[in-house]
Amino acid sequence: MDYYNLMTICAFINLLVSIPQAYSNYVEDKQSWTVFSSGHTNNWAVLVCTSRFWFNYRHVANTLSVYRSVKRLGIPDSHIVLMLADDMACNYRNPKPATVFSHKNMELNVYGDDVEVDYRGYEVTVENFLRVLTGRLPPSTPRSKRLLSDDRSNILIYLTGHGGNGFLKFQDSEEISNMELADAFEQMWQKRRYNELLFIIDTCQGASMYERFYSPNLMALASSQVGEDSLSHQPDLAIGVHLMDKYTFYLLEFLEEVHPASQANMNDLFKVCPQSQCVSTPGHRTDLFQRDPGSVLITDFFGSVRKVEITKDTIHLTSSVKPPIQRSGSGDMQIESLTYVDQLPVAEIIHQVTALIYYDADFACYPPSLTDRKESTAPLASGKETSGSWPEMFRRANALGLPTLPALHHKTPKI
Amino acid sequence: MGLLSDPNRRKALTSLLTRLNTPICVVCYLAGIVWFMGLAFEPFTLRTYMSENAMGSTMVEERFSSGERALGLAKEFDAHKRKAGGMPVEWLVKSMQARGLEVFTQSFSRKLPFPDENKERYMVRGTNVYGILRAPRAPRTEALVITAPCSPGHSNNQAVGLLLALAQYFRNQIYWAKDIIFLVNEHDLIGTQAWLEGYHHTNITGMEYSPLQGRAGSIQAALSLELSSDVITSLDLILEGLNGQLPNLDLANLFYAFCQKLGVLCTIQGKLQRNDWDTAEGYTHAAQTMMLMVLKQACGRSWGDHGLFLRYHIEAASIRGINSFRHYKMDATTTGRLLEGMIRKLNNLLERLHQSYFFYLLPSLSRFVSIGYYMPAFGLLAVILLLRALDLWVHLGSPALAAVDGVTEAEQPSSPGVLTVLTPVVISHLTGVALYLLPVHLQEMAVEHFPVSETEAVVLTAIAIYTAGLALPHNTQRLLSGEGTEQGWKVLKLTALLYLAVLLGCTALINFSLGFILAVTLVPITASITPHMPKVLCALAMVLLSPAFSILYCVFIYQELVEAPVGLGEGWMLFLSVISQGILDHALYGSLVYPLLALFIYPCWLMFWNILFWN
Repeated sequence: MDYYNLMTICAFINLLVSIPQAYSNYVEDKQSWTVFSSGHTNNWAVLVCTSRFWFNYRHVANTLSVYRSVKRLGIPDSHIVLMLADDMACNYRNPKPATVFSHKNMELNVYGDDVEVDYRGYEVTVENFLRVLTGRLPPSTPRSKRLLSDDRSNILIYLTGHGGNGFLKFQDSEEISNMELADAFEQMWQKRRYNELLFIIDTCQGASMYERFYSPNLMALASSQVGEDSLSHQPDLAIGVHLMDKYTFYLLEFLEEVHPASQANMNDLFKVCPQSQCVSTPGHRTDLFQRDPGSVLITDFFGSVRKVEITKDTIHLTSSVKPPIQRSGSGDMQIESLTYVDQLPVAEIIHQVTALIYYDADFACYPPSLTDRKESTAPLASGKETSGSWPEMFRRANALGLPTLPALHHKTPKI
Repeated sequence: MGLLSDPNRRKALTSLLTRLNTPICVVCYLAGIVWFMGLAFEPFTLRTYMSENAMGSTMVEERFSSGERALGLAKEFDAHKRKAGGMPVEWLVKSMQARGLEVFTQSFSRKLPFPDENKERYMVRGTNVYGILRAPRAPRTEALVITAPCSPGHSNNQAVGLLLALAQYFRNQIYWAKDIIFLVNEHDLIGTQAWLEGYHHTNITGMEYSPLQGRAGSIQAALSLELSSDVITSLDLILEGLNGQLPNLDLANLFYAFCQKLGVLCTIQGKLQRNDWDTAEGYTHAAQTMMLMVLKQACGRSWGDHGLFLRYHIEAASIRGINSFRHYKMDATTTGRLLEGMIRKLNNLLERLHQSYFFYLLPSLSRFVSIGYYMPAFGLLAVILLLRALDLWVHLGSPALAAVDGVTEAEQPSSPGVLTVLTPVVISHLTGVALYLLPVHLQEMAVEHFPVSETEAVVLTAIAIYTAGLALPHNTQRLLSGEGTEQGWKVLKLTALLYLAVLLGCTALINFSLGFILAVTLVPITASITPHMPKVLCALAMVLLSPAFSILYCVFIYQELVEAPVGLGEGWMLFLSVISQGILDHALYGSLVYPLLALFIYPCWLMFWNILFWN
C-alpha cells in the first residue's frame, strides 16, 4: 500500500519534470523507503479553541493541553497552527496570572513557558480557520500562520468549543457546519494538502461534526455522540471555573504516557475515556481511512518522529540523488510541451482583477477524477496523459486565458 | 365595507356577545381572581435556575475570615458615630484610606416639601463617603457597588463594619475585573439618590449635591447591606424597587445559590420557604408570600437602598440580616463569605445581567411566576372593560344602523354629545390636577387656619379634595346641552371604559401588581354602573371601591400578612402616613404612583361617579 502511494508521488514528479529514467530508479530502490511506514514525511497540527469568555477557561486549557502534547512529541511551533479565541492566562479574573492549569491543585500548567499562539482573540473565525485549512490566505500572511502542508503531510486537527448537532460555534457570533468542514477537507485533499488526517473534536454532540466527511484518508474522533453533551471536568474553586473537559482531560492523561518511540496505536486512542469516565460516549470513524488503525502509531499524528534505523549494510542511494539529466537527447518538442506555464502572466500585463479571475478559473477546472489519486496514477505512470492530468490543465488554462486577455482588459473597470 | 368579512357572521358574533355579556364578564372576573390565586400553587410555578452562563455555579472558594474584625470595626464606627452625632466622615475616610481605597466624599442637602414625620426630617444635610477599589489588572470600565447606609441610633453598624472588613480583604485579591465601590451613605435613600445622581450626572428631583470627585466605570450590579446584630439567624432578600421595578431574577438566584451552598437560612418577604406545597398551610404560606410581594410592588416605593439603582439599569438588591429567636445563628464571617461569593461571581459577569426575567413574582425563593403566567390574570379582568365597551358600542350603533351611508347624519345629533362627554372629562381631570397640586402648595395656608402640623395638613388637604371631588356639581353638561340623554351617558361610559382599560393596561405593563390591584377593585363597579340603579346603594359601593379605599384595604391586608394586625384607629393613622409617604416619595425620588392615582385613576373613577348621578 505504501509503495503504491509512493509510486503515485514519484510518477507525478516524474511526469512534470519529464525524466522517465529517474522514475524507474525510485521504484527499484525500495530499500531506503521502508522506514517510513505511514508514507508521510512531515507532521502538522491545527489546534483550535473556538470559545471566548472566562467561564470557557476549560476550552483554552483543552487546546493548550493538546498543544503541549504535540510539541512534546516533536512537532515544532512552525508546524503548529494554534488558534485561541481568548486569553485566559492574562484574563483579569485569573487568580494565577500567566498560567492555564489542566489539573486541580495546580498540578499541570499547560500554558508552559513557551506558547506560540498564531491566531488569537477575534482572529479565530470560521473564515480564517477554513482559509488556513485550504491554504487560501492573503499573500501577506506570515508563514507561521499558514498550514504549509503537502501531500506527504499527516495533519492533526483538534477542535473544541460549544457545539450542537451539526455545528460548532465560533466565538459568540458564527458557526461552522459539519458539511462546510467536510467540504474543506475535500478541498484539502484535492489540493493535495495532506496524506492522512486525524480529526478530533471535543464538544457537545461532537460525532455530528464528522458524519458528513467523504474525503479519503480521514480518521475522526469525537467526545460525544449525537444527542449527548460533553461534560466538563476538574472544577477548581480557587480559580473559580472548570479547568478542562472530561474527554480531553483523559486524552491528555493518555498522551502524557506516549513518548516518541511509543508503539501505542490508534486502537489505544479509541479506548480513551470510556463512558464510565466521560459520561458521554466518545465516537470514532475509520471507514475513510485506508490503513488498519491498529497499525497506525499515535506518533504518526501527534509527533514528528523520524524513523532512524541503524544499519551496517550499505544502501545504494546513488541513482535517486543523481543530478540533472541530459535533456538534449529527448528533443525540443517534449521540453516545450511539459514546462510550467507561467502561472500569472496577466499580472505583468494588466490589473490584479483580471489576474484573480484567471486564478479562480484555474481551480474551477479540477476534474472529478482527480479526487481519487489512485486511479489517475496508472495512466500517469505509463506516461500517457489523461484528461485530468496536470499538463492538460495547464494547457487548458493557456487556451482559456491567453486569447481572452485583451477582451478582459477592456471590460475590467479601473480600480 | 370589507369584501372579505361576512356581515352575517359578524352580526351573529356581536349579538352573542351582547346577549351573553353579563355572564361572560362575571366568568372572566372570577377566572381572573382564581388564576391569580393559583399562581402561588407550586405545580403551576417554575423552579428558579441560573440563566447567566458567566455566573454559572457557586464555584468559588470563600476565604473571607475576618468576621471578628468586622464586628470590631462596627463597634469603632458606632463610637465615632455617637461622637460625631451623625456620619463620622473623617473616621470613615481615614479607615477606608488605610485599607488602600481611593476615598471621596460627597455632600448633599435637600429640603423636603413638608416634614417627614416617620423619619423626623425636613431639612436634610448629609455626606456620603465612598471608596473605590481599583481592579488591579483591568481597565476602569465597569464597577460593582456595595453600600451600607449609616443609620441613626445603633442600627446598621455591623453592615458598615462588614463593608470595611470586606474592603480590606478584597484589596488583597488580584482577580478583580471590575472596580468595586464601597459606599456608606447617610440619610438612607436621600443619600443614595444624591450619590447616584452625582455618579450619572443627572438631576431628576432638584437635589443639591456636590459633584463626585472620583468615578469608576459603569455600574453593573449593587448590593445593599443591612445588618444590625453581631449574629444573625437568617438573611432576607429585598427586591422591590422604585415604581415596582425589580432586579433581574438572576440576582435573586445568585443569592439563593450561595445561601444553599453556605447553609444560611434565607427568606423573602421575611418568610421562610416551606416544602409542603400540597397541604393547605403550604399553599397559604406561598400565597401570603406572593401577596406581600404584590402589595410591596404595587405601592411603588423603594423598599431598600437598592431600589434607586434600578432606575439606572443597575441590578441591585438589599440583603437584610434578621436575628430572631432561632437557635442556630450565623456569625459575620459567614455573611462575609456569602457576600464574597456573590461579588466574586458578579465580577465574572461579561455583560449586564439580562439572561433571566425582569418581570416576575416570587411565592418563595426557589419558585417564580414569570410574566407569561401572571399576565392572563390581569388580561381576564381587563377584557371585561372591553366587552362592556363593545356592548355599549353596539347599543349606541343599533338605532343608527338603518342608515349605513348616513354617517354624516348620525354625527349631527352627536355633536352636542361631544360636549356632554367633554365636560365631565375636563372637570374630573381638573379635580385630579387639584388633588395633585394643592396638598403640597396649600400646606402653609392650611397650617395657618387649622391646628395641624404640616404633614397632617398635606394629607388632610388631599383627603378633603378627594372628597370634594365627589360633591362637585357633575351635571354641568346640562347647562350646556340641556337634559342628559340616554345616549349621553352611554357615550360617556364608553369613553370612560376605554380610558380605564388603557390606563390599567399601561399600568400593568410597568407595574403588574398596581395594575392588578386597581383592576380588581375598579372593574366590577365600573363595568356595571348605570344611572338607573338605586343611587344610595350604588354610591356607597362606588366609594367603598374607590382608589382611596383600595389603599386603606391594602394597608390592612399588608399588616395582616406581616403578622402585625392593627385596629381601625391604628390602621387609619397608617393610612395617613402611607399617603404622606406616597407624596414624599414622588417629590424626593420620582415615584409615579401618586401622580398616576391623582391625575388619571381618580379622574377616571370620577367619570363613572358622574354616570351614576346622570340625569
